Amino acid sequence: MTDAYVVGIDMIKFGRFPERSVPDLGSEAALMALDDCGLKIQDMQALYCGNLGQANAMVGQRVLQEIGQTGIPVVNCANACATGATAFREAWMSIKAGVYDVVLAVGVEQMGRGLLGGGGGGKGIPKEGLLGSGTMPAVFAEAGQEHARKYGTTFEQFAKVSVKNHHHSTLNPKAMYQIETPLETVMNAEMIAYPNTKLMCSVNVDGSAAAVLCSEKKAKELGLMGRAVKVSASVLTSDPWQERDLVMPDVNSCTRQAAAMAYEMAGVGPEDVNLVELHDCFATAEILHYENLGLCKDGEAGRLIDEGETALGGRVPVNVSGGLLSKGHPLGATGIANIYEVSTHLRGEAGKRQVEGASVGLTHVIGLGSACALHVLEKVS
Amino acid sequence: MSEENAAQGPLPVVDFLKLPDGSDPYLEGHKCKSCDAIYLGERNVCSKCGARDQIEPVKLGNTGSLYVYSIVHRSFPGIEVPYVSAIVDLDGGGTVKGNLIGIDPDPEKIEFGMPVEVVYKDALGRKDKDGNSYTSYFFQPRS
Repeated sequence: MTDAYVVGIDMIKFGRFPERSVPDLGSEAALMALDDCGLKIQDMQALYCGNLGQANAMVGQRVLQEIGQTGIPVVNCANACATGATAFREAWMSIKAGVYDVVLAVGVEQMGRGLLGGGGGGKGIPKEGLLGSGTMPAVFAEAGQEHARKYGTTFEQFAKVSVKNHHHSTLNPKAMYQIETPLETVMNAEMIAYPNTKLMCSVNVDGSAAAVLCSEKKAKELGLMGRAVKVSASVLTSDPWQERDLVMPDVNSCTRQAAAMAYEMAGVGPEDVNLVELHDCFATAEILHYENLGLCKDGEAGRLIDEGETALGGRVPVNVSGGLLSKGHPLGATGIANIYEVSTHLRGEAGKRQVEGASVGLTHVIGLGSACALHVLEKVS
Repeated sequence: MSEENAAQGPLPVVDFLKLPDGSDPYLEGHKCKSCDAIYLGERNVCSKCGARDQIEPVKLGNTGSLYVYSIVHRSFPGIEVPYVSAIVDLDGGGTVKGNLIGIDPDPEKIEFGMPVEVVYKDALGRKDKDGNSYTSYFFQPRS
């Protein structure tokens, strides 16, 4: 089986663009990714497009209607917050299977503002605030509280995640925000769902990211190996049965299972990983995933954040892009934007936030409901 | 006529809340006879073990302990905050989510594992579009 490589990848600066259309946003990133490797839409053999908000509206085809209707196959993917990573993985599979040599993956989202989840539905009367809360800040607060219950993790430790990621984003011009948020600011921000304050919730933004994937043979033929990034593992899991499933979505088991599979597939261990972009949809979630991804032993995540091991300059920097907390979280674009961030470091092109000497990176997303996608990326030596 | 009047009494907020005539309300689980997994709501297939047609209704306990919680300060318009969103493990099996009442919404006051009981009350005055009122379940601290 051939190895698959990212040869071109880019993302737009995340922000709020209510006047633009979803295909327009997706097209911008698609053209940027093509330009990154000097290829044209006519070179692409297939398009895998991730978008959640217009999942029934042929976004991939509408992207091609803006940038080149070449008649190639288009697959539109929706997988909650794992949508972009799922589209990328479909592209990867097509290369691995030997069906295509060079394909395009696009992730795009246009978001409203405000709370996600908890909308209710069903018959009778609204259940929000009557049978607890289904809003995302509360759901992820409860997931974090499970860690607090087991290991005594504190509000302050959760808050430090946000301090770190907001700091990282000051070094990333493509992040939504470039604002330092000291610990007091994070902890004293409006409480949304304890222990998540407003600054511990990811930012709803519009954004897009795209990648060109190639087989090894094709990448060599095109002379594109110089900046190529190897996709050493691509894994997708769903949530295995857990006893509290019905009332408490489990983001841990599917991540642990995916991590074990990804490390095995890539032939690396967590100790080999130089940087991680993981799914910090809420500050509480990042703490859980330190352990789920094996970055530390169970129960050590609080110490990891306290000792700065996951900050830029630390042992294994996490979310140096600013993460979903400050770079922003356009659901369908996030998975590919994570891959862009790690690829940029592996290429040594990350400027002020460069993780020096990075050769192996990991990306992780969770779509609640649940889907977990992991990618291990490696520098081509 | 009497049947019509009965239908106009409070309705259960969810299908797994049972309001039997002449006896106390309770929460109903559905348990897999093959693997003992407990579900809320009827189903035919067990998603833990895959067994078919092995699910039977069981009465869930009225006491339990607080597994985890969040204190919700921001919700949708019209929903009173703050309130405590709680996940409770019921004694005898089953996990249910609901509001924890009868305690200050303060992390200093709420303890993981604290004993709670299930109580049944009007659903915070909420009515459906036909004007029906509802009975809901809540958790409250138990000494």
